[in-house]
Amino acid sequence: MLILITYDVSTVDREGRKRLAKVAKKCVDHGQRVQNSVFECILDSTQFRRLKYELEELIDKKEDSLRFYNLGDNYKKKVEHIGVKEAYDMESPLIL
Amino acid sequence: MKKLLNTLFVTMPDTYLSLDGENIVVKQEESILARYPLHNLEAVCTFGYSGVSPGLMGACATRNIDLTFMTRSGRFLARVTGESRGNVVLRKEQYRISDDDRRSARVARNMIIGKIYNHKWILERATRDHQLRIDMDRMKKVSASLTEIMKQVREVEELDILRGLEGTAAVQYNSVFDELILQQKDDFYFHGRHKRPPLDNVNALLSFAYTLLSNDMKSALEAVGLDAYVGFLHRDRPGRESLALDVMEELRGVYADRFVLSLINKKLIHGTGFYRKENGSVMMDDDTRKIVLKAWQERKQDKIIHPYLNEKMSWGLVPYSQALLLARHIRGDLDEYPPFLWK
Repeated sequence: MLILITYDVSTVDREGRKRLAKVAKKCVDHGQRVQNSVFECILDSTQFRRLKYELEELIDKKEDSLRFYNLGDNYKKKVEHIGVKEAYDMESPLIL
Repeated sequence: MKKLLNTLFVTMPDTYLSLDGENIVVKQEESILARYPLHNLEAVCTFGYSGVSPGLMGACATRNIDLTFMTRSGRFLARVTGESRGNVVLRKEQYRISDDDRRSARVARNMIIGKIYNHKWILERATRDHQLRIDMDRMKKVSASLTEIMKQVREVEELDILRGLEGTAAVQYNSVFDELILQQKDDFYFHGRHKRPPLDNVNALLSFAYTLLSNDMKSALEAVGLDAYVGFLHRDRPGRESLALDVMEELRGVYADRFVLSLINKKLIHGTGFYRKENGSVMMDDDTRKIVLKAWQERKQDKIIHPYLNEKMSWGLVPYSQALLLARHIRGDLDEYPPFLWK
């Protein structure tokens, strides 16, 4: 299924900037960055739960926020892209 | 049933693949071409001389991602394997069967029955779908003789006889294979199988498709814990993945041959996409290879119902499901190995 992850991490202090880098790194590991703090990840439910838990551990709930949108298996009709930085489709043939 | 994950094909020779966190990163002269999370991949296949970092090799090995290197023409060069998987008990039983001609023959004959059965149905389907364009009498005759050979195969307990019958069936099938090519007959014709090197377009395509299939077959066997190098019908020879070739027999026709035929008959590829080298061997150009790989990946996504397991799955998982059934037979959970009988 496709999970859309967005986050807001407060960067007013050094601690915040550190958290931001960690959260971003974790998301890069699991999906593709479609916009600055927006990631699309193809995950199964186990992978999703684990990622959610790991991200939750990284943020400071008093300062930051995380949002997960579950777009399911038939996500292709639900996503439309306009403008620069066209994303790749992880489930179609990958040939470079 | 496990999920079919994607395969990454790298056909650009001047690329370098490395690991960054949990991502595979494809670089070309320091600029990043692509970045994919490893958990979405089950195989990486490179053509030409793409370099790979040791870090990525290790990551692929531990995650059971099959990493293979091929020449530009699709000849196998090397594969990265980590620690062997599965259990020794299963593998030792596999070796015992392989050492015993009679037991080997009993498994191998089912694979050959699968092969002949599938070939027969390819021909039967063609006569049904294209009655007016195909030499019906010849087709029916070949089909009837395949049925006859299948009956004999059923009783065989000696490997040499089995190989003889398999050869006869292959000659019969090849004699009418050209009839199945319905389009672009000037560029695509089949006048017998030759490999190393392939001398015409169709043989080049067949060789390429068999290489792709044997790769998939081999990693499927290793995934269930079998040794792809120790076969029953194909004898041991250093560097030859005999068991992968064995199980492939039943899939060659339905998986690879039909794939090649559909590329030609749907005009996805053209005669201009091939060139001849000085030694007479025929190669496809880079664009054609990309079309073939793309179509191959799409074919793998197509859904079928597995005739024995009666379960809906993608074509790409058929090698895996056959490997699984073979492991079950070797382990003693199934009395006989059930080949893939296409309907």
